[in-house]
Amino acid sequence: MPSMSLFLSQLFNGLATGLLLALISTGLTIIYGTLGVINFAHGALFVVGGYAGYTVYSLTDSFVLAVAGGAAVALAAGLVMERGLMRKYYSRPPEDQILVTFGISIILVEIVRGIYGGVSLSVAPPGWGQGVAHIGSLIYPLYRLETLGIAAATLLLLYFVLYRTSLGLIVRAGIEDAQMVNALGVNIKRTFLLVFGLGAMAAGFAGVINSPIVALTPDMGFRYLVESFVVVVIGGVGSFPGAIIGGIIAGEILSLTAMVNPQYSDVMLFVAMALVLIFRPQGLMGQEGRE
Amino acid sequence: MSSAHESTVAAHGAGHRTGGDAPASRGKAPASAGTVHAGGARRQLPEILVGLCLIAAPFVLPYVGMSPDLLTRILIWGLFGLGFDLLFGYTGLLSFGQAAFYGTGGFVTAYLLTADLVPNMLVALLIGTVLASIAGLVIGYLTLRRTGIYFAMSTLAFGEMFYFLENSSFKEYTGGENGIAGVPPPHLSLGFVDFNISSGWPMYWFVAVFFFVGFLIARRIVRSPFGAVLKAIRGNPKRAMALGHSIQSYKLTVFVVAAAYGGLAGGLLGLFQSYMPPDAFALDTSAQLVIQTVMGGAGTLLGPLLGATIWLYLYEGLQQVGSLGPYWKLILGIVFVVLVTSFRHGVAGAILDFVRTRRGRLPADIDAGASAKVSSELAIVPPLESSRPGAPVLEARGISKQYGGLKAVSDVDFSLREGELHGVIGPNGAGKSTFFAMLAGELPTTAGKVYFRGQEITGIGVTAVCQLGMSKSYQINQLFEHLTVRQNVMIPVLARSRGRFRSDMLKGLHSDALDEQVNAAIALVGLSHHADTLVSEMSYGEKRRLEIGLALATGANVLLFDEPLAGLGPEERVLVVSLLKSIRKGRSMVIVEHDMDAMFELAERITVLYEGCKLAEGTPDEIRQDPSVQAAYLGGMDDHEFA
Repeated sequence: MPSMSLFLSQLFNGLATGLLLALISTGLTIIYGTLGVINFAHGALFVVGGYAGYTVYSLTDSFVLAVAGGAAVALAAGLVMERGLMRKYYSRPPEDQILVTFGISIILVEIVRGIYGGVSLSVAPPGWGQGVAHIGSLIYPLYRLETLGIAAATLLLLYFVLYRTSLGLIVRAGIEDAQMVNALGVNIKRTFLLVFGLGAMAAGFAGVINSPIVALTPDMGFRYLVESFVVVVIGGVGSFPGAIIGGIIAGEILSLTAMVNPQYSDVMLFVAMALVLIFRPQGLMGQEGRE
Repeated sequence: MSSAHESTVAAHGAGHRTGGDAPASRGKAPASAGTVHAGGARRQLPEILVGLCLIAAPFVLPYVGMSPDLLTRILIWGLFGLGFDLLFGYTGLLSFGQAAFYGTGGFVTAYLLTADLVPNMLVALLIGTVLASIAGLVIGYLTLRRTGIYFAMSTLAFGEMFYFLENSSFKEYTGGENGIAGVPPPHLSLGFVDFNISSGWPMYWFVAVFFFVGFLIARRIVRSPFGAVLKAIRGNPKRAMALGHSIQSYKLTVFVVAAAYGGLAGGLLGLFQSYMPPDAFALDTSAQLVIQTVMGGAGTLLGPLLGATIWLYLYEGLQQVGSLGPYWKLILGIVFVVLVTSFRHGVAGAILDFVRTRRGRLPADIDAGASAKVSSELAIVPPLESSRPGAPVLEARGISKQYGGLKAVSDVDFSLREGELHGVIGPNGAGKSTFFAMLAGELPTTAGKVYFRGQEITGIGVTAVCQLGMSKSYQINQLFEHLTVRQNVMIPVLARSRGRFRSDMLKGLHSDALDEQVNAAIALVGLSHHADTLVSEMSYGEKRRLEIGLALATGANVLLFDEPLAGLGPEERVLVVSLLKSIRKGRSMVIVEHDMDAMFELAERITVLYEGCKLAEGTPDEIRQDPSVQAAYLGGMDDHEFA
C-alpha cells in the first residue's frame, strides 16, 4: 500500500503535469475553436520553443529571458506558418489541413535536428528553482512546484485574455460563427493570424517551462501532440475549460497510475479517452454537433 | 543457388495472375487496349498491367539500382497501402493509427512462428491478419463515433496506445524494445513438394503474389456496390445516409478491411526480414503510410505503392550523396508540403489527369454495360396494402420544436393523403424548414409525434425513413460532386435494392435490373445526355434536377421537396414544374416553396405556416381568398397576433 505522503506527492505531480498539458492543449483548442483547424504541428512548435529557450538560456544565463525567447520564436514560427500556408487552407477540407500541418511538423523537427543534432539536451532548472520545498511533511522539488504556479498563472492570464478583452470576445464569437463575425465588419483575417500566433506561443512557452523537467530531443513533440489530443478529446475540442479539465484529468491519470504500475500509465490515459468516446463522444465540455 | 525455387515460385505467381478473373489472354490486352470495346479485357486493363509490371520488374529495375530487397519492401508498403487507400482515398477517412494493425499482424505472426505454436506459415499469417482485423473492429467502433479531425486525432492516439502496450503489457511476448528476432524463413508445403523461400528474388515473388491477390481484391471492392457506397460516403456522407445507407456500418467494415491489409503486410514484414521490429507499431509507421499514400496519389490503389517507391528510392539515393544524407527527411517534408498544396492527387493523380486530357477519358470512367437506352419505367415502392386513395400516409400530430427560448414550430397538425400533392408556404422565418425536417424524421420533436402509414417515425433518422419509402430533396443541393450523374443515381438505387447495409464487396456493380432503374431515373429528370458527366461540371439548373432525381431514384412513393425551384431561371422553372407534375402518378408529395404561382398551379391543398404556427389550410382557392394569409404576406399581421 503506497504511503500517504507518496500519494500526496503524486497528486501534486499529476496537477503539475496536468496544468502543463492543459497549457499545451489550450493552444491547440483555441486554434481549432476559432479557425476550425487542428494543428498537427503543435508538438513541433513545442519543440521549437524548447530548443530556442535552451539557446537563449545558455547565452544569457537567464531563464526568464529563455522563456520569453522560446515563446517569441514559436510565435514567429506560428505567424510565418499562418501567413505562408495556412491561410490558403481555410477553405480546403479538414483532411488537407491535417496533412499540411503534419508536413510542416516534419520540416520544423528536421530543422531542429539539423541545428542541434539528434542527442538529448538536458537543461538545469534556474537558480530560483533548485532544491526542494517542504510542504508539511511533504518534500517536493521546488521547480516542479513553481511550474505548477507558472502554468496556473498563465492559464489565468489566457482566461483573462479570452473572457475579458475585446480580442477574446471576437475569438469566442468566432468559435460560435466565424462568418457572422466577418459580416459584422471585424477583420477576421487579422484575428486568425493573432490566434494562430497565440496558440503557437502557448506551445513554445510550455516547451521552455518543461525543458528542466524532461530532457530535450527533436522527436519529443509527438508525444506531447498525442497527449494533448487525448486531453482535447476528453475535454471537448474547441473548449477552453475543457482543455483545462482534460489536462488535469490526464495529468492525474498519468501520475496516479505510475504510482501503482508505471508501465500502465500511458495505457490508462487511452482507456480514459475510450470511455469518453463511448459515453460522451463530444467530450466532457464539448457541445453536441460541433465536428 | 535459388534459381530452381525462383522459377517455380515465378510460375506459381504467374499462374495466379492469369488465373484471376481476367478473361483475356495476357499478350493481347495492352496492345489492343485502344480499340477493344468497353468491357472485357479493357475493364481488366489495370489488373493485367499490374501483373505484367510485377513480372517485368525483376528484369528491368535492377538496372536502375533497385535491389530485390528494396522491391520487396516497396511491395509490403504497397500492400499495407491498398487497405489504407480504401479507407482514406475512397471513403475519406484519414486514420493516423494504421501502425496498430501492421504491428499486431506482424507480432502475432512472428510470435506464433518463433514460439513454434503454429508451424504452418500461412496459418500464422492468417491468424495475425484475423487478430489485426479484430483490433480494427474495436478501434473502429470507438473512433468512428466522431468524424473529421476527431477521427484523425483519436486514431493517432489509439495507435500510440498499441505502441505502449507492445512495450509494457505484452513485453514478454513481443520482446519489448528488442522485437522478435529469428522469424523462420517462409516455408511452403504443397503436399508433394516443399519450398523454402530464401531471401532475394524468391522472397520478391512470394510477396508479389500476396500483393497481386490483395490488389485484385481491392479492385473488386472498389468496383462493387459496396465500393460505390464508399465513394458516396466520401463525397457527401449526409446525403448517402439520407438515401438509405447505414454509413456507419460501411465505415466500420472498410476500417476492418484496412486493418486486415495492415495485419497481412505486417506479417509479411516479419517473414521478409526474419525479424519483427518494435517500430512497426510506432507513429512513424502510420505517418509514413499517410505520406506515401498522399505523395503517390490517394484514391488510385496504386498511389501508396508509387509513394513507397519514391520514399524508399529517395532515401537510398540521398544516402549515396554524402552531404545530403542527414537531411533526407527535411527534403521529404518539403516535397510533401508542396505536393499537398499543389498536387492534391499525388503523382498517380497527375499521371491520370495527363492521360485524361490526352485521351479525353479513361476506360474506367465509362460504366460499360450501362447503355443510356431506357427500357423500363422507374419502379416505385408499391403502396402498402393497396391503401385507399385519401387515407393519410404522413401525419403530424401537434408537433413542436423549441430551441432554448425560441419556439421554431408550435403545435402543428398536418396530414398528407395518399396520392395528394400538398403545399406548405409561409414567409421567411415561419419555421418551414424545421417543420419539414421533423416531418422527414431528420429532427426529433420537442413535443408531438409523426406517423408514416400508421407507424411512428418521430426522429428515427433519415436512413430508416428512406428505407420505409419516403425521401426528401434538399433546398441546397446535396449531391456527390466528384461522381458522374450515373454514379450519383446509382447510390439511391443501390440503397433500395440492397437495404441499409450489405457487405457485397466482391460482387459486380452492374446488373440489368439496376442499370435500367438508373437509366429510368436519369431519363425522368431529363439528364440522359449527361449521364457520364461529372456533377461538378454541370450547370446549376441541371444539378437542381439531379437533386430531385436522387430522391426519385430511391423509389420512395412519398416525397418531400424543399424549395425545388430555389434559384432557378424561368426556363428551368418550367422544366421542373412539369417534371413535378409528371411524377405525380402513384406518389404522394409535400412541397415547400416560395414561388406562390407554381404552388397554386401544382398543389391540391396548401398549409400556411406563420411564426411557427399553422395559419390556414385549404385548397389553393381557399388560401388565395383567406384574409389572414393575405395579411401575413402583406405584412399587416398585428391584428392577428393579438387575436
